Amino acid sequence: MDTNNYTVKDFKSDQDVRWCPGCGDHAILNSIQKAMAELGISPDRTAVISGIGCSSRFPYYVNTYGMHTIHGRATAIATGVKTANPELTVWQVTGDGDCLAIGGNHFIHALRRNIDLNIVLFNNEIYGLTKGQYSPTSKRGFISKSSPYGTVEDPFRPAELTFGARGNFFARTLDVDLKTTQDVLIQAAKHKGTSIVEALVNCVIFNNGTHSAISDKEFRADRTIILKHGEPMIYGKNRDKGLVIEGFNLKSVTIGENGITEKDMLVHDAKCEDRTLHFKLGTMSGDLPVALGVIRDVEAPTYDREVEKQIRDVQDKHPQIHKLEDFLRTLETWEIK
Amino acid sequence: MADTAKVTSLEKVVIRFSGDSGDGMQLTGSLFSNLSAISGNEISTFPDYPAEIRAPQGTLAGVSGYQVHVGKKIYTPGDLADILIAMNPAALKVNKKHIKPNAIIILDEDAFDESGMTKAGYNTNDPIAELGLGAAQIIGARITTMVKASLADSEMDNKSILRCKNMFSLGLLCWLFNIPVDNAMHLLENKFKKKPTILKANLKVLVDGFNYGSNTHASVSTYRIDSTEKQKGTYTDVKGNQATAWGLIAASEKSGLPLFLGSYPITPATEILQELSARKDLGVKTVQAEDEIAGVCSAIGASFAGNLAATSTSGPGLALKSEAINLAVMAELPLVVIDVQRGGPSTGLPTKTEQTDLWQALYGRNGESPCVVIAASTPADCFDFAFIASKLAVEHMTPAILLTDAFIANGSSTWKIPNMDDYPAIHPPFVSDDMKSYWKPYFRNAENSSRYWAIPGTEGFAHRVGGLEKDNKTGSISTEPKNHQLMTNLRQAKIDNIAHVIPALKIQGNPDADLLVVGWGGTFGHLYSAVEALNAEGEKVALAHFNYINPLPKNTAEVLTKYKKIIVCELNNGQFAGYLRSKVDGINPLKYNKVEGQPFLVQELVDHFKTLLDD
Repeated sequence: MDTNNYTVKDFKSDQDVRWCPGCGDHAILNSIQKAMAELGISPDRTAVISGIGCSSRFPYYVNTYGMHTIHGRATAIATGVKTANPELTVWQVTGDGDCLAIGGNHFIHALRRNIDLNIVLFNNEIYGLTKGQYSPTSKRGFISKSSPYGTVEDPFRPAELTFGARGNFFARTLDVDLKTTQDVLIQAAKHKGTSIVEALVNCVIFNNGTHSAISDKEFRADRTIILKHGEPMIYGKNRDKGLVIEGFNLKSVTIGENGITEKDMLVHDAKCEDRTLHFKLGTMSGDLPVALGVIRDVEAPTYDREVEKQIRDVQDKHPQIHKLEDFLRTLETWEIK
Repeated sequence: MADTAKVTSLEKVVIRFSGDSGDGMQLTGSLFSNLSAISGNEISTFPDYPAEIRAPQGTLAGVSGYQVHVGKKIYTPGDLADILIAMNPAALKVNKKHIKPNAIIILDEDAFDESGMTKAGYNTNDPIAELGLGAAQIIGARITTMVKASLADSEMDNKSILRCKNMFSLGLLCWLFNIPVDNAMHLLENKFKKKPTILKANLKVLVDGFNYGSNTHASVSTYRIDSTEKQKGTYTDVKGNQATAWGLIAASEKSGLPLFLGSYPITPATEILQELSARKDLGVKTVQAEDEIAGVCSAIGASFAGNLAATSTSGPGLALKSEAINLAVMAELPLVVIDVQRGGPSTGLPTKTEQTDLWQALYGRNGESPCVVIAASTPADCFDFAFIASKLAVEHMTPAILLTDAFIANGSSTWKIPNMDDYPAIHPPFVSDDMKSYWKPYFRNAENSSRYWAIPGTEGFAHRVGGLEKDNKTGSISTEPKNHQLMTNLRQAKIDNIAHVIPALKIQGNPDADLLVVGWGGTFGHLYSAVEALNAEGEKVALAHFNYINPLPKNTAEVLTKYKKIIVCELNNGQFAGYLRSKVDGINPLKYNKVEGQPFLVQELVDHFKTLLDD
């Protein structure tokens, strides 16, 4: 890895950003550019791949190698980029429709393979570019242009899908929480393997306020928890709430009530191989705070490096074969003289 | 060698092996082909296997066949067999239509018991009479009984013993064709190197089969197939799918680009994925993707990253890949797409051959989306055309679709191992340092209209491409009407320009012909054989066989308009004929079409051409 000093400016392209004013995507773009600068990897060795949708315009706005591809397929294309050249840092920018509807199959298989991609999933629970149809993350009953009487289907929860597909890195952030966003992006980029950052973004035009129940300043501290590896699970405006285990379930408690102290709180272990607790943390809602930060970060062999390793191993076993002609001579052949 | 009474010399012979799909007939057939090739014969083979992996034993649906044509001037696996090996009554019944009336038929008599006859649906207990095979020469042997006796002391279980039956028939054939049994033993030793028990049993049964022939049928005429005068060199037996895989590797070496294949298993193309996955020794990267779309998309990603990228599939898979191929058209990235055509539409006839994907390859995408389309014509030349597809894709920054088909992909022919010095270099149009100050993604080479390739990792060339239309100069997104027209024209011109670098169309046979036969792709062997046969009879017939379809060779119109009577022959309902009419003004060719999932027969072509010549 290069350790050059880059600034945000090095990652800005000459193209005007064309998202709607007030769109949550702007904040994520800035955070990614900041994260890229902080990571210190050359723009020339960075590739940003996207599919189709509002967020997928992203590659045009960063001054790296980039490809704006076709709907749903960015994960498959990014898989090719990274497998072909594991030395590149590969980011994938995608939306809830692109990633989880048309691209759902590629998404789960990338996770299963654990290819080293940094996938940033912009989740605004709506199809924005086609002007307002429900998406696979829209809540049951959601009214949209294509569901005028409300949807009769349950949404995907990206964390659940990630862990179900054996994912090893999952983080969540809010467009309005710049610090957490930048922090999880850097951790995602440093993670070797498929990393998923679910960015809850607001679509100011077609789904304004969809995340406001947790993102509004007045509720945010009480309705979200920022998980940090090795730290107790404490949250709340007054830092007086926390999470404990009761039976098989997580429970929110108040420090100081019923003799509960800080020491009773669960300590976040993002590195735990077992996904069970990560699964519970990743799907918290209702009375439980929505988890932000890095929920899971476990090292495992990555597809791109394993492919290279296997090639080296096979080549070491067959040192006499360097070129096609060497191989063809190992076939059953006969001479005509 | 047995002191055989008579040895008849043959110029060519067609042998068909058939039995239950579990009887090992494909293996027996390919071993026999190799033995023949080692003796200096040309060979052409074609497996004819059922779509079911293990259909019920002894039934007509479960019959698996393998045909080999051995001798001099062999261009096809042959129409009808001179010799049939039928391991059971079902095999005999199914293959009746594939053999000559006076064929030699080798039978396992044990299999013709009541149960076997019932499963195959016979009405009488005399299969020969019932099938009207009176003119055939039957060599019956109680193969099952003899194999059981042969391996009685082997400690193998009954099932494993019965698996050796195919070696008995191979031994019999070695005797019939005066092939030294030692040659066959040597092949088996290589084949079963790591399985000594199986090797021992197979060798014993092979020799017993050979001895059975020479002891009991010593008075029967046996054969020797004349070997051919071939060029000096090292030869092997190659299937089209293997040759395709190796052609890509050759192109990777010539271009200096690492080879990447993104693919999803699909009959009859899977072997390309398998073969390349086995070539880790040569550094090939393969991704067995989650679906056809991911196969092509991962290849596009690899291409963007600077690899020689390919995807392999068959018709249904090509349909799924359309949108992604168009991304490569738009982003102008090199991509090799191999379509091993099979019977369609939909799932169709997965194991059978057709040429019905031509229009899909040419037109099966949204928008104006020209790309290179070429076709291979023999198992061996799949190597060359995979190489050429790669060269054209890389040097012209375009997808190139290579059409092969189940017939040449699974069929095999003798192949002289090439000297790679005889193949041209491949020059990837990489950006050069001096372009840094002025380069934009759609800046083009004036000579061939190709854009330049800046691969990630190249300092100073960070850029974005994608599926949206781009400004021809700045490379930024553009919906400007005149620019779109210009870019459409540029993409077309880039493909049209390729006509300058591909070989001219050649005429084979009699150039002053009364009839010009036109074909493309995998039908070459049959068309050429038919044309040769007619010219040998004193007719005047020529063949124009196309490998380059889009663009067409520059002299296509000039050649075709010379002939008064043209017939386009293809295994579809006239797709190439229609395409030619759209490209060459004033021609109105006759058509000969067949969509049966089977290759042409040389005889049917000869018969049809004669009716045209008589007009």
